Amino acid sequence: MTPILEVQGISKFFGSVNALQDISLAVQAGQVTCVLGDNGAGKSTLIKILSGVFGPDKGDFLVDGSPTRFASPRDARSAGIATVYQDLAMVPLMSVWRNFFLGSEPTKGWGPFRRFDVATAKRLTSTELKAMGIDVRDPDQTVGTLSGGERQSVAIARAIHFGARLLILDEPTSALGVKQAGVVLRRIAQAREQGLGVIFITHNPHHAYPVGDRFVVLKRGKSLGNFARSEIERDELVRLMAGGAELDELSHELERPV
Amino acid sequence: MTTRQTEITAAGPDERLARTSGLTRALRRPAFGALLGAVVVFVLFAVTDQQGLWLTQTGFESWAQQASFYGIMAVPVGLLMIGGEFDLSTGGMTGFTAIITALLISKLGWNAWVAIAVTFVVAGLVGLLNGYVVVKSKLPSFIVTLATYFVVRGLSIGGVLLVNNGQSSISVATGTHSGLASAKAVFGSSFGKSTALPNGYSTEILWFVAVTVVATWILARTRYGNWVTASGGDQDAARNVGVPVQRTKISLFVMTSLATALVGVISFTQTSNAVAEQGVGNEFYFIIAAVAGGCLLTGGYGSVVGAALGACIIGMALEGVIYAGWDSSWDFTFLGAILFLAVGVNTIIYRRAMRARR
Repeated sequence: MTPILEVQGISKFFGSVNALQDISLAVQAGQVTCVLGDNGAGKSTLIKILSGVFGPDKGDFLVDGSPTRFASPRDARSAGIATVYQDLAMVPLMSVWRNFFLGSEPTKGWGPFRRFDVATAKRLTSTELKAMGIDVRDPDQTVGTLSGGERQSVAIARAIHFGARLLILDEPTSALGVKQAGVVLRRIAQAREQGLGVIFITHNPHHAYPVGDRFVVLKRGKSLGNFARSEIERDELVRLMAGGAELDELSHELERPV
Repeated sequence: MTTRQTEITAAGPDERLARTSGLTRALRRPAFGALLGAVVVFVLFAVTDQQGLWLTQTGFESWAQQASFYGIMAVPVGLLMIGGEFDLSTGGMTGFTAIITALLISKLGWNAWVAIAVTFVVAGLVGLLNGYVVVKSKLPSFIVTLATYFVVRGLSIGGVLLVNNGQSSISVATGTHSGLASAKAVFGSSFGKSTALPNGYSTEILWFVAVTVVATWILARTRYGNWVTASGGDQDAARNVGVPVQRTKISLFVMTSLATALVGVISFTQTSNAVAEQGVGNEFYFIIAAVAGGCLLTGGYGSVVGAALGACIIGMALEGVIYAGWDSSWDFTFLGAILFLAVGVNTIIYRRAMRARR
């Protein structure tokens, strides 16, 4: 099966800084690929390449198996690759339905009387959110009154509604509490079951492991490995993330004699 | 694992949530505070009225015209504020545009309609410049338009003195200029004359209503309106989903400036007269009206109807003080108090609207 998006051996330089070096990953429909890394590992640079903000300096970028170069995030979006950013997804002071269709408002009428089809927007927002099991009491309420998990959920539902085949989620759980993070992880599993590809960027292996099919671990711009779920245990993933030996040393240091 | 434990089902509402009450819904409307304020002020002056005119057509016409004068500007200023920007040049511009029209007619002998068209073009260009500089330089619009304000103010004094033989007032005889009579009929006349109201209602009131209706429709019912709110609420998020934030903001500045031309043309055609420096200082009234109407100073929230109601409050205050027989110097104190109250009430409403998990 051809992956929706595949990058092979990509590198990115900023002046003398080698932000990414020889990274490869692929995501297929109905799969979740997790990109794990601590701060400064190169996650943001990778997201920007994948979502079309800029291209890689080296390496291959394949969409549906054919080499592609996105000129802008708009190109990525029209190829069905939608990026949901952690904080930049919605306008808190606007209602849920206005946010849902922001930038892609349905219209009716003609010429100077072309107008925002409010009734359709409200109806579609409700049905789309219900279909994902998101219960917004009142689509008129402002997004600011939603919890963090609900906000991410609405953003994901929106991306799916607008034809995304591949979701790139930038740290969707990192600002959330355990319960709220659970809500978002459930959304990710749901998207996967609907046959979407998901690239889930996080620094939390406990969030990544339950939903991930593949795990790519980044450290200081390099890949520490690309594992299928069957090839790696959760503890090993945690160890890898925390720097393996460093963590052993740390836990040894912090351990209390029982 | 967390994924398995968190079950939010589609069936049935979350039982922890009370339904939103009718009061909360009403309070969520940004114009609610302004409506309440307008009613209170209206009743206040109905009670304190010494001349027995407040509740007659005469009383209504007088404050409605004042409200219209401020409201035609308060509406676009409110829209601009919702879009996250300020324009301090509006007061000066209303005078500047009146002077342009007056000079083109009196000194160059142009047809009034041509002069008016050119006035609108000039105003539009000033708005374009304001918007372009704000968007491209990323400087606060407060500073950029303050600069425009001073430039325009200087131009309208210096320019008038220069071409008008040192006189700061330009008068035009109505009968002698082509197009002026018809322009006056459209912009600066009256309607609905009766025995109770011999001078009728000013056409300015119709313009105010028209501007309010059109702007309300734009904000609430067009894609563009959605973009305005989003640009003011969170421009990064808006840009992220494909809203042309820069174009939206520039067009708001242009609209605001075009409205100053409308006010300038109206005030010129009403009196056939324009004076250097007229309108200076009014920018604060426009902002007070918009803020009293529930527009958030930081952008992203507010309503056109609210701004229009804010202008009504100002109109009622300015006229009501006269009917009440108070010294008109109290206007300022009154307006200051209104601003304070409005900001207080709006903050409460805003917090209520934003209250998490209602």
